[in-house]
Parts: sequence; structure tokens; C-alpha cells
Amino acid sequence: MSLYEEIGGEAAVNAAVDIFYRKVLRDPRISSWFDTVDMDGQIAKQKAFLTMAFGGPAHYSGKDLRAGHAHMVARGLNAEHFDAVMENLGATLKELNVPDHLIAQAAAVAQSTRQDVLGL
Amino acid sequence: MAVITFQEHSFDCAPGQSVLDCLNAAGMGIPWSCGAGACQSCLMRATDGRVDPRAQAGLKPTQAAQGYFLSCQCLPGGDLTVVLGEPAAAPMPARVVDVTPLSRDVARLRLAPDAAFDYRPGQFLRLHRDDGTSRCYSLASVPALDDALELHVRRVPEGEVSGWIHDELTSGDDVAISPAMGGSFYLEGRPERGLCLIGTGSGLAPLYGIARDALNQDHMGPVWLFHGSADASGLYLREELQALQARHANFQYVPCVSAGPGPGLEFGNVHEVALSKLPELTGWSVHLCGHPAMVQAARRATFLAGASSRDIHADPFLPSAPRSGANA
Repeated sequence: MSLYEEIGGEAAVNAAVDIFYRKVLRDPRISSWFDTVDMDGQIAKQKAFLTMAFGGPAHYSGKDLRAGHAHMVARGLNAEHFDAVMENLGATLKELNVPDHLIAQAAAVAQSTRQDVLGL
Repeated sequence: MAVITFQEHSFDCAPGQSVLDCLNAAGMGIPWSCGAGACQSCLMRATDGRVDPRAQAGLKPTQAAQGYFLSCQCLPGGDLTVVLGEPAAAPMPARVVDVTPLSRDVARLRLAPDAAFDYRPGQFLRLHRDDGTSRCYSLASVPALDDALELHVRRVPEGEVSGWIHDELTSGDDVAISPAMGGSFYLEGRPERGLCLIGTGSGLAPLYGIARDALNQDHMGPVWLFHGSADASGLYLREELQALQARHANFQYVPCVSAGPGPGLEFGNVHEVALSKLPELTGWSVHLCGHPAMVQAARRATFLAGASSRDIHADPFLPSAPRSGANA
């Protein structure tokens, strides 16, 4: 069984997205990066992120991630912000009672995007 | 084998084939990305036929009720007619019943369409002036209660359409309207849940429709309607809403003013008043309409107060040109 199936697939993404996005908006270290007029659009982006982190089908490449975050890197997006997002991801999965070994796998998938997201 | 009809062409959908794959195999160019029901790029709407609820997982319940579905997840069990986005429908004629003032700058426009007009209170329609100029207005009426369609039109400074409605339209005039659109309306099936309705100015219109629709359908949970304006002169339908509150123990009408306190009025920004009365919104359905900055702030605040992102509704019709467009 794949990580995505073990975590619970698209149903898990739908359960996680509100919890994750609420945590991010409440986190003063990173909330400004996520606070936008288009909340439904942000929710869709977070769903795509969670789908990827859960090992699900993600149809974007490292190049896409790099290009997609370049404007934020230019405005100061850095490793502390990235780590804060990782922390919120872990806390979300914990709240959903996802077993620790699956949380570790999801975190590793998300960590694999670090270089591209931060433009390193 | 199911037949999928799209843009007046019919396609055979093989067993096990998704609607997305069927249409794209035929070169229809339906957008998609994840192919797994997460990204919602492939959102379509069924106008005829039954959609498998599994293809609607993750959508807003109001989207599902309108037939929206994720085409990558949809293995049709029978024939379907589908569209991408809202279908471009021809305007239909309607006659002006009357135009009456509701407040200093808001008028009530009532319309009698020539043919049956299908809508849910809280949706909006596009009203066309005969020269091709048009604006969107929300529906305050309820089909089960009102014969006419009711719109609340704020007079926009130098507004081409709102000025025409306020100053020129009279009973018996002919206008054209496009079919009702939008996903902010009362959804049956959860009569015990709370409804939180927050609006400013003529953004009261859809909320007035949604509240009356819910109460008319014997909604049992609390229904709170917060209406905000700078001062009391911008509040309207107060007697009607107070009468509604007297008839329904579960309905609370809270008029709010932000410029200075007034008798019988809450003082403060309308969404902040709402959140002070309703700090815990888990499980509630939220409907927002009015000033874009209020809608944005209220969307965030109600979400953080526990409302699910799927249950926060605000139709995104912003002014079409700087301050000259839609009501609200």
C-alpha cells in the first residue's frame, strides 16, 4: 500500500486542509504568506501541497515549485518559514491521529521540496 | 455504455473511463492537473443526469447541489449532459413590477419574469440595460413566498445601471435578466445547524432571502443575521426583520453601525459584532455579502472560529469597473 493510501487518500486531504490552514493562519511566523483575498484559492493550493506531502499524485515538478515560489523568495521567504510550515504539517497529522511512522514519511516528502521552494 | 453530451456533441464513455478521459480522448481540452480528485482543476457541472456522489467529495455542499463534480473522478452510471463553468445562457425578458426606496441609497426593484425563472434565494442574476450594459444583483426574494423577483440596488455614484434603475425604471418597463448563478444559498438536509449571515449595505439582499428561505423550510437551528452600515440611515427592512424575529424564536436580527453608537443598534464593525456574539462556529454555515474588505475579514474570522472552509459562502461578484459595478 502506498503512503497516500495508508494515510487515507483524498478524504485525508479534505480532513486535513482546514486544520492545516487554520494553524498556518494562526502562526505569526508565517501567517502573512498565506493571508489573501482569495481564501478558496489558498485552500486549493494547500490541498495540492497536502496531496503531494501525503505521497499522492502531484503533477508539478521541482522546476514548477521553484518558479511558483520565486516571487516569495524575492520578498524574503526563508528556511525559518519553511520549518514553520513543516511544524504545522506535523501538528496537523498528529491532530488527525496519523501514526508517527506515516507522519515521518510525509514530512520527508515535504522536506524534499526544500531546495526548490527556497530557491537554493 | 453511458453517453456524455458536451457542447452539443455526444461521446461514448467506456466502462471504467472517467468523464474527463472520455472528453479529452475526443480532444475537448478539459483542464486538469492532479487526476486524483484533489486539485479541482477539472471541475465541471452536470445539467442533466445523475452524478456519482464520489465525484463530488471535497466540493462545497452547495456546489454538489448544483451538479458540480470532478470529472477525473466521475465514472458515469448513466447518460450525462455536462458543461464547463457556467453555461452562457441568453437573457430573458422581465417586466418591472415596481421600484421603491428602502433607504437613502438603496431601492427595491421587483421584477416579473415572462417565463418561469429557476433560482435559489441568495443567488444572483445579471440585469441588462438595453444598450448592452449589465450588472449583477443578488436575489432577496423566496420563490415559495414571493411572486416577484426582488433585488436591492444601491445607488452607486455615477453608476450607469444603478442610476438608471433608481431614476428611470418604472412599473411596466421591460428589462432582460440572465439566469440565476452562484453558490451562496440555503441547503436543506441539516435543519439543526447554525446559520451565520453577515452583510453590509445592499449585501443584505441575499441574506434576507436565505434567512426567510431557511425559516420557511422550518430550519430549527439558530439563524443569526448581522446587518452593518456606517449609520442607521443605511440600515433598512428593520421592521420586517424585527417582525420575522418575533415570529421565529430561533431567528436573531442584529443591526450594527460602525460610525457611532445608536439606540437599539450594536456598535462596531459588523463581522466583529458577529464574532463577539458567535465566537464558536464549528459546524455552522456562513454566508457573507457586501463590502469586499468586510467579506475578506469575515471569511477569515469565521474560518478561524471553526467554520469549515466548505461552509463559508460569498459569491465573488466584485464591482466590474472601479466602484461602478455590482450592488453591495
